[in-house]
Amino acid sequence: MKWSEFFVTGEPLIYAADVAIVLTMVGIVFVLTYFKKWKWLWNEWLTTVDHKKIGVMYIICAVLMLFRGGVDALLMRAQLTAPNMKFLDAQHYNEIFTTHGTIMILFMAMPFIIGLMNIVVPLQIGARDVAFPYLNALSFWLFFFGALLFNISFVIGGSPDAGWTAYFPLAGNEFSHGVGNNYYAVALQISGIGTLMTGINFLVTILKMRAPGMTLMRMPMFTWTILITCVLIIFAFPVLTVALALMTFDRLFDTQFFTMANGGMSMLWANLFWIWGHPEVYIVILPAFGIFSEVVSTFAGKRLFGYKAMVGSIVGIAFLSFIVWVHHFFTMGAGPAVNSAFSITTMAIAIPTGVKIFNWLFTLRKGKIRFTTAMLWSLAFIPNFVIGGVTGVMLAMAAADYQYHNSYFLIAHFHYVLIAGTVFACFAGLHYWYPKMFGHILNERLGKWTFWLFMIGFNICFFPMYFLGLMGMTRRMYTYSDGLGWTPLNVVATVGAVLMGIGFIVLCYNIYYSARYGERDMTGDPWNGRTLEWATASPPVHYNFPVTPVVEDLDAYWVMKKKYGGFHVKEEDLKPIHMPSNSGRPFWMSVAFFVAGFGLVFKWFALAIVGALFIVLGLILRSFEDDDGYYIPVDEIKRMERAARKGA
Amino acid sequence: MGEAAHRYEETLPLEYRTQESRLNILGFWIFLGAEVALFATLFATYLVLFQRTGSGPTAGELFEVKDVLIETLLLLTSSFTCGLAIFEMRRGRMSGLIAWLLVTLLLGAGFITFEIREFIHYVHEGATMQTSAFLSSFFVLVGTHGAHVSVGIGWMILIIIQLLQRGLTAKTARKVFIVSLYWHFLDVVWIFIFTLVYLLGMVI
Amino acid sequence: MKRARWRAVLVLPFLFLLGGCVERTAVLNPQGPVARMQYDLIMWSVGFMLFIIVVVFTLFAVFLIRYREKPENAGYEPPDEEGNTLLEVVWTAIPILIVAALAVPTVKATFALEKPPTEKVKPITIHVTAANWKWIFSYPEENIETVNYVHIPAGVPVKFKLTSVGPMNSFWVPELGGQKYAMDGMETELILQADKPGSYMGRSANFSGEKFAHMEFEVVAQTGTDFRKWVNEVKQTAPKLDEKKYTQILKPGIVGRMTFSNTHLEWIDHAKQNSHHGNDHSMKNENQSDEAMTESHHHGE
Repeated sequence: MKWSEFFVTGEPLIYAADVAIVLTMVGIVFVLTYFKKWKWLWNEWLTTVDHKKIGVMYIICAVLMLFRGGVDALLMRAQLTAPNMKFLDAQHYNEIFTTHGTIMILFMAMPFIIGLMNIVVPLQIGARDVAFPYLNALSFWLFFFGALLFNISFVIGGSPDAGWTAYFPLAGNEFSHGVGNNYYAVALQISGIGTLMTGINFLVTILKMRAPGMTLMRMPMFTWTILITCVLIIFAFPVLTVALALMTFDRLFDTQFFTMANGGMSMLWANLFWIWGHPEVYIVILPAFGIFSEVVSTFAGKRLFGYKAMVGSIVGIAFLSFIVWVHHFFTMGAGPAVNSAFSITTMAIAIPTGVKIFNWLFTLRKGKIRFTTAMLWSLAFIPNFVIGGVTGVMLAMAAADYQYHNSYFLIAHFHYVLIAGTVFACFAGLHYWYPKMFGHILNERLGKWTFWLFMIGFNICFFPMYFLGLMGMTRRMYTYSDGLGWTPLNVVATVGAVLMGIGFIVLCYNIYYSARYGERDMTGDPWNGRTLEWATASPPVHYNFPVTPVVEDLDAYWVMKKKYGGFHVKEEDLKPIHMPSNSGRPFWMSVAFFVAGFGLVFKWFALAIVGALFIVLGLILRSFEDDDGYYIPVDEIKRMERAARKGA
Repeated sequence: MGEAAHRYEETLPLEYRTQESRLNILGFWIFLGAEVALFATLFATYLVLFQRTGSGPTAGELFEVKDVLIETLLLLTSSFTCGLAIFEMRRGRMSGLIAWLLVTLLLGAGFITFEIREFIHYVHEGATMQTSAFLSSFFVLVGTHGAHVSVGIGWMILIIIQLLQRGLTAKTARKVFIVSLYWHFLDVVWIFIFTLVYLLGMVI
Repeated sequence: MKRARWRAVLVLPFLFLLGGCVERTAVLNPQGPVARMQYDLIMWSVGFMLFIIVVVFTLFAVFLIRYREKPENAGYEPPDEEGNTLLEVVWTAIPILIVAALAVPTVKATFALEKPPTEKVKPITIHVTAANWKWIFSYPEENIETVNYVHIPAGVPVKFKLTSVGPMNSFWVPELGGQKYAMDGMETELILQADKPGSYMGRSANFSGEKFAHMEFEVVAQTGTDFRKWVNEVKQTAPKLDEKKYTQILKPGIVGRMTFSNTHLEWIDHAKQNSHHGNDHSMKNENQSDEAMTESHHHGE
């Protein structure tokens, strides 16, 4: 390979990105050096096994990826604003929608959700950390370096261009000659391994580490959704692992899984992809349901209506999510019997989802609704998600789907469920738990500006797309001709996208503004919360709870406040606390994964082997490690508690 | 309460005595659940593709009964000796434990040797991963299992070293127990490979 | 209140557009029995969906307005109610009924679409081959071939036999009916029918690479007599397609409209290329047409 092929060239946008990347890196190095922060960075963040810090790092990455995916989206909208635009060429457009989809689902939605669950779940169940803190750090760093590997394809080697679904034979060697789809296969694999380990980790955590008295049916709804999500991850992600591995073999070693010759079968890829892909949609939406449940119940000042029905409906949705995948390709001609069966299972998902919607509505009934920013996001979810949901049922009807499939109707539908569902939930969760993460509240006035700009922009952007779809506009078109009548609605959509972009900028400004001027949360319970995370300081000391709380009912902290006026810790009850030690190994092992992955992308197998050897070395060192963590003595706990509660 | 819990823990087998061990063992069971999903996907892929032989040989033309039977015998026996190792561990007998682990390891290595021989044989016949969809899925399915067995062998060596260094403690006992779970799991997967790949391939 | 207003703004155009004054909205402007069957199904579902939206939005608005925090209810303490079994049953049962009401016509239509809409008229067959980035139409009975446009007789069911020489494409003519994939090495069948003469736009709905957006074609529906006339004209005036020319057409890129007085099916049917047993064709994109040449046994002269 020539160096001119190694670096992506020829596009002013790419050169601008090159410059921006170099400048940002120089800037980061300068700031860290100037303020002598390298040691702090290593000790406090890169080697941490604290679930709260890992959660914060996930969310920082997710917000960065939201920016990247959002810029991709704005570039696409710019290109589609008018017919026959020359802003982007076809190849560039194809790369951008591919990275937009992949990044938004796997490197934005997933880490945002995983970040929130890292921060909140151990606190909600009254635990000191997750079951496997070291593994948790490894999960994060694998995600991080997987995402990094995927993102550098923009400037080195070229981005994948076969859509986030990477259908074969288009994504195979026969039609995609560059390294772009190698990046897709390898980067997703690396971060996917991290996700799988997160699933195992949190399942064990929730099953085994709940505070005394917290039976399964006393768990907060968010924890319930994470429990079910973990089950989905554990059974769905191995399918992705296999699909990507087969793709890698096809692309790097010329096997015949999905090729056009020698028995290869491109339909197999579509099936494997969606057997993972559909549960994946629920992996990002179920935790969103959990977040909305917490926020709605807190700001309505009421216990969640129909808790048992809510739990049942999540389990039902999770089960159904594994038997609907064919609805992603009714048009493949599997026959009317197969299509009918999958139509019915798909429509059946509407039943438990409907149950949830009505239970949220009835949680609001007789409540005392406080319109905080977190609550606004959660309330807006209901009508917007219902629009996405009912159009989803329409898409589920196989015979009608032949007219919607792959059109902008579909685009509108899944943005209505993924943005109004997952993204609204991420923002709701961010505003809701922000004081728990950082000890200060995100400014409410700016928060509401973000909300209205983004939410209105979202509707202006995506609602017209339903009609563009019915007009015959198909997804992934880089341009369209004049005279089709599509222009006005496309202009409207672009305006909406810009509003969403402005909303995002206000959010970023809010983060900066609140860090400087934001209201400090001295109580640990700024929203009059109901669950255990509000029973500890904001931000909590790294051991979370000085003594393990005892749970008497659902909404454990609410009950404590009613019965005892809060969660009181007597100093004589304190015992030494066992905590896990930090480790730098998850970080450098993930670097090794990155190196190995980079080697595979370019078929530099020597480099891949070097990376692999370091991975094996890391595993061996871990096996021989004899570090059982350390104990925090009681005096130290007393000191830290006083410091954390100072001014309360 | 602490006292009672402690006394209760004393009644458990060595590998279950600490909270950390119990978490690890449950976590590993769940990991095996994920492995089931992984192999199920590979089997599904194989079953979809195994008659799509293109211009290459079919399963019936290719497979050698003798090699496969030897491999099966070696791996099934190794699962049995692995069980004996755990039995010795429960009785607190270090020497028996290590001896049976070594036997297990050697049988595993024998299995891998025969499998590699089998693969080389196929490649010499012109049946490579690149020949047809059937062969791609065959090599990846059986190869993934073989890679798992190889990892298991390496892992077991590490644990034997630790047993020799540190003796039989709650922690090393847990490690032995988990690697044994892994080993039995691979045995079960092989039974499926034997029936669904080799027997089915030779019949159809 | 604000919220109620923006929602009205959103729902109104929806109702307006569904009112029907939208000839540009191809899916809602069916021009044949297949599209009409799908249109009817869509409208049936839209009714239920609007009902759901109205119910949810009304409850939502009422609860938000009535139960918001205001100075008057400062001392109000919301009751801690656990739920209500009767309500749960109601809002489980109603969705089940709605799903059933949607499922029955869906299943009926899904089966019906696999058969010609009318049995009185003998259907015609047209083979469709998707290539990067053009559509090739072969009429095996008439023995003619067109590229990027297709003529069909109105009132006659048309069996499109779809296949692809490369990436997956989807064959979609929204005014005549829903789409189906065209895939390499296999054949799918899509039946469409036009009510009356006219011109309908078709395109690929499944991304197939760089110039996918240009994979448009025109469907020209004609009366039976006009269609016969056109066929005869093509047979007399159009040039012959040979393998060399065909190879050129298959090369990745965009070609305009073309017409030939024979079909490529004489020497290759891509739908039968990647069969299970003993298939000795190697089908890499670059060399497949060359190979087709060396293996061909006769020309259509």
